[in-house]
Amino acid sequence: MLTLSHVGRRFPGGTEALRDISLQLHPHDFLALLGPSGCGKSTLLRLIAGLDQPDSGTLAWSDGHAPGPGEIGYVFQDATLLPWASAAENVYLPLRLRGVPREAAQPAITAALARVGLTGFEAALPRQLSGGMRMRVSIARALVTKPRVLLMDEPFAALDEFTRHRLQLDLLGLWRDLGTTIVFVTHSIYEAAFLARRIVLMTPRPGRIEREIASPLTEGRDIRMDPAYAALVREISGAMEQAQGAA
Amino acid sequence: MKSALLPTAFGLLALVIWEGAVRLAHIPDYLLPGPIAIVGAFVADPWGLMVSLGSTLAVTFAALVVAAVLGVAMALAMAASRWAEAAIQPWAIVLQVTPLPAIAPLIIIWVGDPFTSLVVCAVVVAFFPVFANTATGLASPPAELADLFRLYGAGRARTLFLLRLPAALPFFLTGLRISGGLALVGAVVAEFVAGSGGFASGLAYRIMEAGYRLQVPRMFAALVLLSLAGIVINAGLGAFGRAVMRWRGDA
Repeated sequence: MLTLSHVGRRFPGGTEALRDISLQLHPHDFLALLGPSGCGKSTLLRLIAGLDQPDSGTLAWSDGHAPGPGEIGYVFQDATLLPWASAAENVYLPLRLRGVPREAAQPAITAALARVGLTGFEAALPRQLSGGMRMRVSIARALVTKPRVLLMDEPFAALDEFTRHRLQLDLLGLWRDLGTTIVFVTHSIYEAAFLARRIVLMTPRPGRIEREIASPLTEGRDIRMDPAYAALVREISGAMEQAQGAA
Repeated sequence: MKSALLPTAFGLLALVIWEGAVRLAHIPDYLLPGPIAIVGAFVADPWGLMVSLGSTLAVTFAALVVAAVLGVAMALAMAASRWAEAAIQPWAIVLQVTPLPAIAPLIIIWVGDPFTSLVVCAVVVAFFPVFANTATGLASPPAELADLFRLYGAGRARTLFLLRLPAALPFFLTGLRISGGLALVGAVVAEFVAGSGGFASGLAYRIMEAGYRLQVPRMFAALVLLSLAGIVINAGLGAFGRAVMRWRGDA
């Protein structure tokens, strides 16, 4: 659905954030961009979202035009909710920005909040919610427009282990049920191995794709005790070390 | 309450030392009155001073309201249009750096009506903080939220009303608090300038009048009232700001 060819991005001041990125995104992909900080993962995500433009190379969407508002969902590391608005109002925001009246949006809001397990928290303000729940609201907000692509920038990095595990499982369930393509930025090998079907290893300065590893594991189950999961983590770790040795 | 105990005790101690020093050194009232003489001067004519305080406060609050409305309107105009920003910004700074005593006589001559001219003078001083803070708040919403609005194709107007304006509220409240104190300063300075021109009502006029008559304890009493008013305005606007943020739910 999206083909990136030889994409490069250089920031004003000369820092080369990305070099020669070529990558294909398919319908119902779950792709992890894995790498240390400074490897351009977030920059790549912003390019895909259209929040930033490449200096070289092209992004080609299969239907010929860039996705319109609401066709891409974006989840940041921080929940980035409007602090003065309730959970329901925060989830309503993307629809509101497209001019959908509140009444007409209500079913979508209710459904999105239910999907992330927040039924009954419609009126809660962000400060009344835990970090994990705020992230759930953020995910519901990204899902409310039924996006074709969901971009997630280290969304669980700031959460505690238990909450993170819970949300990872729920995200797998959402991915299985909704058929959305997910691009997930992370610096955790375990998280990438646990969630993604395709793990794209990136190296820093400049950000480049080192290699891509396909996960043999399938379809959103908890595979943490599966020997194949351990083997996958080992493979990714090995590839990472090799890349760092070369650099 | 514990936090109020120490400063109160310290203040009382300072008053006792002050009174003691004045008595022991036989300093006459017209040089430095003790606290008891100052309270005495207030009690001798509480109404005269309180009415003057009321007059000064009326100017202060009128000026604060005008400064807030003007400041927000100007900041909004700047946020809505780059042309307005380029046109307004330098004049706002001119207004800020002009010393009030230098232009107060002109304002008083031009405006004519005593109350209005005092309010205009105080607005000149009180305008800048509420304006500049609101403008800063409008110009700097959280970057990721701004990205989100861009991602969903939000236009200028929707971004302004749904993101930048609400995100500027805490900045506005901080500016309002600073402007509150300055409105009082502006009102008093304007009264000093105007007082010699003949409107006799505010606390500044009482201070000058008492000074001419060498009623130094009365001068001090007026001064104390002025300080108290400043403290109350500052604390009141602080509490107001916290209440607004609590009411909105983000604090």
